[in-house]
Amino acid sequence: MKFAVIVFPGSNCDIDMYHAIKDELGEQVEYVWHDTESLDEFDGILLPGGFSYGDYLRTGAIARFSKVMKAVVKAAEAGKPILGVCNGFQILLEVGLLPGAMRRNESLSFICKPVNLKVANNGTMFSTAYAQGETISIPVAHGEGNYYCDEETLAGLKANNQIVFTYQDNPNGSLEDIAGIINEKGNVLGMMPHPERAVDELLGGADGLKLFQSIVRSWREANVVKA
Amino acid sequence: MYKVKVYVTLRESVLDPQGKAVTHSLHSLNFPEVTDVRIGKYMELIVEKSERNLDEVINEVCSKLLANPVIEDYRYEVEECVPQ
Repeated sequence: MKFAVIVFPGSNCDIDMYHAIKDELGEQVEYVWHDTESLDEFDGILLPGGFSYGDYLRTGAIARFSKVMKAVVKAAEAGKPILGVCNGFQILLEVGLLPGAMRRNESLSFICKPVNLKVANNGTMFSTAYAQGETISIPVAHGEGNYYCDEETLAGLKANNQIVFTYQDNPNGSLEDIAGIINEKGNVLGMMPHPERAVDELLGGADGLKLFQSIVRSWREANVVKA
Repeated sequence: MYKVKVYVTLRESVLDPQGKAVTHSLHSLNFPEVTDVRIGKYMELIVEKSERNLDEVINEVCSKLLANPVIEDYRYEVEECVPQ
């Protein structure tokens, strides 16, 4: 499986993401600069964390208009797996691939620490390697991860089982402890915690690796004809 | 040529953590009269006259980029100005 790690000016988790895919997951991966117009050659798209365009105006607000985002939207429509982590999640919200918006953390502080998440839906292509309700430890590092959406949107998220990860001990004020959500179609996941920073016990934990393994497993089941 | 003053604020229904912190700070500075603070953004746009309707242009600019309609509202004021 071949992944693209999208790089915007100000991305800073792109190298971690690349490392997670290449060295820990053992799949193909390439960096793709934000002015690229086609992502046709890739099977999965990863939007890494960081501070694209310096978080000017709003987080993700400027990145969403970069050329590559048209290709990301096209890939989403084609059903390819798309994962946005942290700033990547914020960009997916701004571009409208996921519903809602981010506010400043309730505490107004930048929070950087491992947090416990609950796997609220293990039926997605990003979460099949986890057990339903499993508690996993993944680090967060953000100043604006306080998820918000209106009541109608929240009711939709719940009805369609789109809340994939929730915080066990809400660090940022997020509505309903939401840490990660998926689109209705089930191929675009946004999450504030960083699974790519939890792929090796040496780094304090490997609970994030299963997320990437889930993507590959789902992709193989759908695309590789068994001999 | 116009100078357009754009004000972007969090929607009433959205909690403003910064505004809340500033309100508390003002109370500790002995300004109990101030019961609420909402923090927003102020932007000045210099806009040339064109064939397009100014209000249409500004509304599109605001809803597409300057404000996020999920959590923010905007309003604007227009002044005619002389190019420098």
